[in-house]
Order: sequence, then structure tokens, then C-alpha cells
Amino acid sequence: MTKMTMVGALNAALRDAMVEDPRVVVFGEDVGPLGGVFRVTDGLTAEFGEDRCFDTPLAESGIVGMAIGMAMNGMRPVVEMQFDAFAYPAFEQVASHLAKIGNRTHGKVRLPVVVRIPYGGGIGGVEHHCDSSEAYYAHTPGLTVVTPATNEDAYGLLRAAIAGSDPVIFFEPKKQYFTKEEVDVTADVPPIGRAVVRREGTDATLIAYGPAVPVALAAAEQAQREGRSLAVVDVRSIVPFDDATVTAAVRATGRAVVVAEAQGFASVASEIVARVTEQCFHHLAAPVRRVTGFDIPFPPPKLERHHLPSVNRILDTVDELQWDES
Amino acid sequence: MSSSLESVLDTVRLIDPDGSPVPPDRYPSDRYAIPADADLVARYRSMVLGRRINDQASALTRQGRLAVYPSSHGQEACQVAAAAALRPGDWLFPTYRDTVAVMERGVDPVEILTWLKGDRHCAYDPLEHHVAPQTTPLATQLLHAVGVAHAGRLQGQDVVAMALCGDGATSEGDFHEALNFAAVFRAPVVFLVQNNKYAISVPLSRQTAAPSLAHKGVGYGVPAVLVDGNDVAALDAVLREAVAHAAAGGRPVLVEADTYRVQAHTNADDPTRYRTEAEVEEWRPRDPIARLRTYLRARGALDDAQEATITAEAEALAATVRDGVSHGPAPDPDDLFEHVFSAMTPQLRAQRDLLREELVAEGADR
Repeated sequence: MTKMTMVGALNAALRDAMVEDPRVVVFGEDVGPLGGVFRVTDGLTAEFGEDRCFDTPLAESGIVGMAIGMAMNGMRPVVEMQFDAFAYPAFEQVASHLAKIGNRTHGKVRLPVVVRIPYGGGIGGVEHHCDSSEAYYAHTPGLTVVTPATNEDAYGLLRAAIAGSDPVIFFEPKKQYFTKEEVDVTADVPPIGRAVVRREGTDATLIAYGPAVPVALAAAEQAQREGRSLAVVDVRSIVPFDDATVTAAVRATGRAVVVAEAQGFASVASEIVARVTEQCFHHLAAPVRRVTGFDIPFPPPKLERHHLPSVNRILDTVDELQWDES
Repeated sequence: MSSSLESVLDTVRLIDPDGSPVPPDRYPSDRYAIPADADLVARYRSMVLGRRINDQASALTRQGRLAVYPSSHGQEACQVAAAAALRPGDWLFPTYRDTVAVMERGVDPVEILTWLKGDRHCAYDPLEHHVAPQTTPLATQLLHAVGVAHAGRLQGQDVVAMALCGDGATSEGDFHEALNFAAVFRAPVVFLVQNNKYAISVPLSRQTAAPSLAHKGVGYGVPAVLVDGNDVAALDAVLREAVAHAAAGGRPVLVEADTYRVQAHTNADDPTRYRTEAEVEEWRPRDPIARLRTYLRARGALDDAQEATITAEAEALAATVRDGVSHGPAPDPDDLFEHVFSAMTPQLRAQRDLLREELVAEGADR
């Protein structure tokens, strides 16, 4: 076990993948000598050379489009979108090609491309630096969409994403980038597609992913002090979604709240509510609720705390799960 | 070869529209020479076969056997020269209108047309032929060509990517990003713009105010050549030079082929709403096949017997395509779920099973 930040864990994952497989190349904006604006690619150009980790012209569609071609010719590109909202120019390449060429060619052409996207708020960022854009990608068939909530998962999920055969949109909760945690880089790489129960509980189940997981865990801790036992499930893999783990955790308590930073309308949180309701209806003592961002553009820094899911808002919602009627 | 290739922004033409050879002192650059007769006879044959397939496929849309067909009728010179300029192992990145170029790279025309028949999105194996799927979103494939070429350079392959697009695509951002990336990374890509003057209904004047599309290369540091797109001899010389330059120096070249879409965008289009018949008539005498035929006949390089052989070959190919498009197994509904991911997710497996049950019930109801 080593104490490292999420940035350090991601950097170690890239480095280890590059050592292990010469087909792995890293590129994007400022990822070369600078090491990325968050330093996730720190030292990679120095260690592996310009051909393995390099800066590109400032054009996101170009970055993803070139990655697709490189993957067609046998390489395993890992590209960085500098911020969530700056990935939008690449969306056509992602939605029309990255996601679909495997299907288009009946599996003849597989695209092992990882698109890393730092996402979410909580860093006091100005507009276009705090979006939670996972729903756009999760709604696109053919994309694997994962997001770590712990530094160990950041390492393991990125290794798994790079080693796989399919394109992966890898959402990094940037507000956790510099939090230090124990990381075991020798632990088994978690298979993509598995959620994990982060905290056991008996009264209700919080379902969260990415930056919402620490908030959900804090809420469960607070609830414990107030006499209520909340389980916390970390989704980890939005696509493929682990129905089995999530629904088992909901059935065990009969109540559930989904927590996510993204605006709630037509969101991943909405999809989770629908799936849980469809599969657990007779085990539910109350409707499944959501605590999400408001249906607004991401707020300016001084107002973001009102938008982001908070411990209090989660606990208030848990309080509304029709406890008197059961 | 030197790393810099001088741009040629006056039209390269080696055979005039009436079939007579252009005197070399009228060439805009002394780099070019008219190809050997044997090469041009081969190109002639390919264009005749290509024209026959274009017209056969259009006929199949009228019979309802193909959903749609974007024809390259009149642009066959660009189609066959683009494919013929490539060496074994080089890559082609075609658009939806480039059926003939794909065929010229050795892909079975029935397989090519499968997506327009409606059975599956891309039936041929891109890795086997080094031909990417025919791309519909404009200019997006140009970046894939850059990626293939750049990866080739990094992995020590001697590979060039030929990326095709039309005049409309030069307005898309990906066109500019592709030229820029290719230039910055010195990726061996030949960009061939078939300027056929129309993007469905919108004329070239609404796409650009530049003196030519070839001029767009200048801003990216990409050498550019403007060529008569209905003169297969000129295309052959220009594209072979471009491929050799890309291969030797690992640098991109932009080629603009000046041509014309004499037919509708597809069978679903009505060009009388946006252009005059008089304009189309101006282009008919510039037909690439008639031009080369006149040239070769005058030189005694093409006789009646050869022409008869080529015509018979074209008819046989058309019959094969008619037959192949009209028959063949129905697509398998299981395929809908099979290749979305390399391993089927539990959710897709459940959806596949649901559809299977529906189909069983449907069969029982009959």
C-alpha cells in the first residue's frame, strides 16, 4: 500500500500500462512536457519519449478522430480532454465513430481507445470547467462509461480500461484529484461492469458514483450518528451497469436514494431510479428518490455549493422515504 | 524525395476534353508526364466497369432493391485514379459516394453495396482490404486517415492513407483539423477533394470564397495540387506523385480534383430545383471516359476487340451485382446485439432474448 493522490494513481496507471504495452500512447492538450493541467501525465514524455506521450494541436475532434485511426492501425491511444465541457467538439467523433465502428464492422475493427475526461464541480471552477456530462456518453450505445470514486479504483479502472477491447469514456472526479488515500497498485484490477458496496447498512441504500460517493459516505456517517443505518453503493461502471449489485443492495433495505452531481432531468440518476423501480418494486417501501444537481447550467463558483448534492440534502431526502407508513 | 513539394495551383491537365494531348509547354509544372498507354488502358477499363456499376446501382434503387445510391457517374476518373495510385498495404478512406474507388481496391461490389441494400452497415472487412468503412458524416474519416498514417509512422510501417472527401466537406471543422494534424505530425496522408461543385443542392460558391479548395492547403503548410478531375491521365500523374511524396517524406499532400456531379445527389434528390440543365450540359462533353477513349483510339492503343472485351466484362459484373443484391441470406436479428461491445452486456443479452421470443411468437402466429 502506498499513500497517493488520485492524480498520482492515474499517473501510475498510465505509466504501468505504457511499460507493459508498447502500443499504449498518450496524447492531448498540454499532456507533454507540462504533464497535463492537472499533472496526470507528469513525466511520461520524459520517460517514454515524444512518440509515446505528446501534445496535439488544440482541437478535440482531431484528438479523438486521430485516436480512432491509430486504434484502427493497432495502437491503444489514451487521450485527455482537458475539461468536461471542452470535450464537446469531439462529440461527433465519439458518438458517430468511436462508439459505433465496432458494431458497424461486425466486430472486425475494435477500437481500444480511452478518452479521459476530468469532470464535475466542487473546485471553484469558472463556466465550462465543471460539467457532469456522463449522460451524453452513457446514452450512446457502444461506449463503456466508468468513473472511479477512490484512488485505488482510479488506478485499477484505468488499467482495465486501457487493457480492454472497447472504447471507454473515463470520467475522473476532479475535485478528488488531490485527495490522498492508500492505494494498492498490486491489487487485482477491478473488472469493468461491477458496482461495489462501500458501506453496509440496513435502513436505506444510497446509490452514487464518482464525486457523489464521498458525499454519500459522509451522509451515511452522519445518519449513523442520528440512529439510521445507510448502505452506500458505488456504481463505478455506468455502462455496463451492474444491475445485480445495485438491486441486491436496494432489496436488502427496501429504500433507496440515488445521488449524483449532474442535473437530474434525463440523467444517469433517472435511469438508475427506473431500473431499480422496475426490478425491485415489490421490495420497496417508498419511491426511489434522487438527489442531483438542479436543472440549470453549472453555477458560478460562489453559488456552486447550492447546486451540488450535500449531506443535508441527502439526509432530508432519506427522511422523506415514508418511514411512518411502514 | 525532398521534404517540400511545390504547390501547383493552376489546373494540371494532360489530355484536353476533346481527347487531344495537351502540349507539355502548357503544363503548369514540368513535374508531370502523361502516363504510359498500358496504364491508361487499365484506367479506361476500370472507368468503364465503374460507370457500369454506378448505373447498375442507380437502376437497382429504381427497382427498390437498394434503398439509395449516391452515384459517382462522371467522377469515375477520380475514383479509379485514387485507388490505383495506392500501393499494396496502403489505406483508402472513402465516403458514401466512393463505391467505385472501393471496388478498385479489390472489394467485392456486392459486399460494398450491402449497406445500401439495408442488410448491415459495412459488410467488407476494413482490416483485410485496408479500406475504411464508407463514411457518411462529412470529413470525419479524414482524421481517421491521419491516425492510421501517424500510427503507421510510429510503428515503422511504409503506409500511406488516401482520404477522400467532397467540396462540401471542406467546410467541416474536421477537414481543417485533419489537414492541420497531418501537417504537424507529418502523417503520410493524401487528401483528395473531389470538387463536384455541389453539396446536395448547395453550390461551391456557398462553401468557400477561396480562389480554389487547393488553396486551403497553403494555410496548413500542406503542399496542394489542383488537377482536372475528369482527366484520368492528369489524376494518375498527380496522385502517384502525391503518394510517393507522402511515403518518402512522411508528409501530407492535398489534391483538389475539378469535376462535376452530373447526376443527382442520390436517387432521392431533384436537381432541377437548384441548377439548370444548361449548366449540366456544359459538363457532358468533358466526360472522363469519352475523353480517354478518344485519346487512346487516336493513338491506336485501344481497338474494337479490346473495347468489346471490356464491355462484356462490365455487363458480366453488372449481372453479378444485380444477382448478389437481389439474393443472399436475410440479415440475422441477433446481429443487432452481437457487436455493440466486444462482450455482450447482460442488458443487451436480455434485450436479444426478448426479441428472439417475439420472433418465435410472430412465427407461431403465421
